[in-house]
Amino acid sequence: MVLLKLAYKNLVRAGLRTWLNALALSFGLVAIIGLQGLYIGMGEQAASVAKDAEYGGGQYWHKLYDPYDPLTLQDAHGKIPQNISKLISEGKATPILIVQATAYPQGRTVPVLLKGIIPEQKILKFPTGVLKSEDVDGIPALIGERMAAELGVKEGDYLTVRWRDVNGTFDATDVKIVKIMSTTDQNIDNGQIWVPLKVLQRLTGMEEEATIIVVSPDLKNPPPAPGFEFKNLKFLLKTIEALVKVKTQGTFVIYIILLSIALISIFDSQVFSIFKRKKEIGTLMALGFTRLQVIILFTLEGALHAFFAVILSALYGAPLLIYAAKVGYALPKSATESFAIALGERLYPRYGTGLIVGTAILVFIVTTIVSYLPVRKIAKMKPTEALRGGIQ
Amino acid sequence: MKKLILIVFLGTFAIQGANITGNEILKRADENMTSETKIVIASMIVHGRRAVRKFKFKSWIMGTEKSFTEFLAPPRERGTKMLKIKKQLWLYSPSADRVILIAGHMLRQSMMGSDLSYEDTLEDPKLHNLYNAEIIGEETYLDRPCWVLKLTAKVKDVAYFSRKVWVDKEHFLILKEEMYARSGRLLKIAYVKEVKRLSGRWVATRAIFKDVLKKGKGTEFIIEDIKFDVKIPPHIFSKAALRK
Repeated sequence: MVLLKLAYKNLVRAGLRTWLNALALSFGLVAIIGLQGLYIGMGEQAASVAKDAEYGGGQYWHKLYDPYDPLTLQDAHGKIPQNISKLISEGKATPILIVQATAYPQGRTVPVLLKGIIPEQKILKFPTGVLKSEDVDGIPALIGERMAAELGVKEGDYLTVRWRDVNGTFDATDVKIVKIMSTTDQNIDNGQIWVPLKVLQRLTGMEEEATIIVVSPDLKNPPPAPGFEFKNLKFLLKTIEALVKVKTQGTFVIYIILLSIALISIFDSQVFSIFKRKKEIGTLMALGFTRLQVIILFTLEGALHAFFAVILSALYGAPLLIYAAKVGYALPKSATESFAIALGERLYPRYGTGLIVGTAILVFIVTTIVSYLPVRKIAKMKPTEALRGGIQ
Repeated sequence: MKKLILIVFLGTFAIQGANITGNEILKRADENMTSETKIVIASMIVHGRRAVRKFKFKSWIMGTEKSFTEFLAPPRERGTKMLKIKKQLWLYSPSADRVILIAGHMLRQSMMGSDLSYEDTLEDPKLHNLYNAEIIGEETYLDRPCWVLKLTAKVKDVAYFSRKVWVDKEHFLILKEEMYARSGRLLKIAYVKEVKRLSGRWVATRAIFKDVLKKGKGTEFIIEDIKFDVKIPPHIFSKAALRK
């Protein structure tokens, strides 16, 4: 305790030098928490959007369905099992039929996926209700803004779509774009045209069939479904987690640079202290301090920089980070498209206790190690020579 | 006497013509088009929306299930090869030095920007295997008297549910064809612009293939040379041949 008090007093007495070191360290600390929070927020935001618009509480996949292998899509459809049909009628699940097709906007060919969904479903949060429109002249179709831009169509336009039925026979018809939805989730937008499930099943000869079945988040313990495999949220969100992890790892270099600047400055201070305070070291030893105690004292002085950095971070960093979390960062459209996961127009960082405490502890440990390294020299000092202030 | 023989001959021909069924006409047309093997050198002219692109290729064809095509021009596409074996199609691109299996979405894409998709090349060319034909009329096309046949699919896994074909009454050559979706919507048309006698057969040497849902003037095929029933070494129809 005496050593801690002494170290604290020495540091405060050093004045501007101490505060400059602590400030540099606090910049690193705030930056790490800020950036990490940004990625955590991005992951949570993407997961939340994906759960709302795509995954619900999990999905049953037809045993041949592989979203990353378009070759499987042609055969990845099957009869909806009876027990799942019951869940569908209770509103606890919603089937989706996926069929490869070609759209012909303005005489161009664009490969698309026709997706059939029950218009009345409430599990996925996007406006499928517009597909109910029986008054529509032609098959009602719902597309996203990205798809609309690619096709060059607007609401009310007709679009010719060609597909192959269950036997491989071509069929074609015009669909009417009843709504262009704005969604942050590219996975329900890019290259996709949503139509009523019953219509798609009839047109393709795949009556009562589905490719995937999305279950409600309220459904606990989804039952086994013959011909389908259940994929839980942990599995479905793996891609987002992996992507966020990769993005986070990419910023480690920035963390290292930021911390290195502050730590080099602390290292320098420590070297300078030992050089300048040799007489003091000798006096302490003469007064009965062991070498270990002197080493602990100087190490504590260095490590306490981290403590001051935490205080400074709390003073200016906390309001800054809280404000950023509240207001969010505006993202340009090009940035949201290039991330390959669902991001909104604003990105809201999230800072957990684990992140803040963990980062502070990490900075403290690293600072302690960096503070200790130059102090080891004290162990080799002779008290008499130290008292004289001689260079060894 | 000569007159009598001529009257009997013409009368027999007329009776034969009157009794021939749609399915028989279709079978004769198929026989006329297919052979054990053939080697074709042809040009494909794609009349795109912005520009016209001309390709030259050589194809080695065995029956209806195997074909190997090598593009000879333009320089950018020279060396590009395609291998079809039954229902599978591989593409070799020399610039990437890679063999790609064309499947899924890619099959639906336009082949070299033409009005043909890759999956069009996988169709069984023997129409009588796939369709029931019925004579629905007679018309003159390219100054040739033709039967107009309506073809309706008799098997399930057929690309076009129905077709309308114009068959030359004398040469049993399909001169025009319309391909329809199950809904009855016209999807593609093909029509012959020129017919020549090559290697002992009447061959449509210039034809246009048009995806009617797509804008543009269609894709023109010009056969420069064709040889029927020539010997083709079997190794041509292998994936290894794509890289050679």
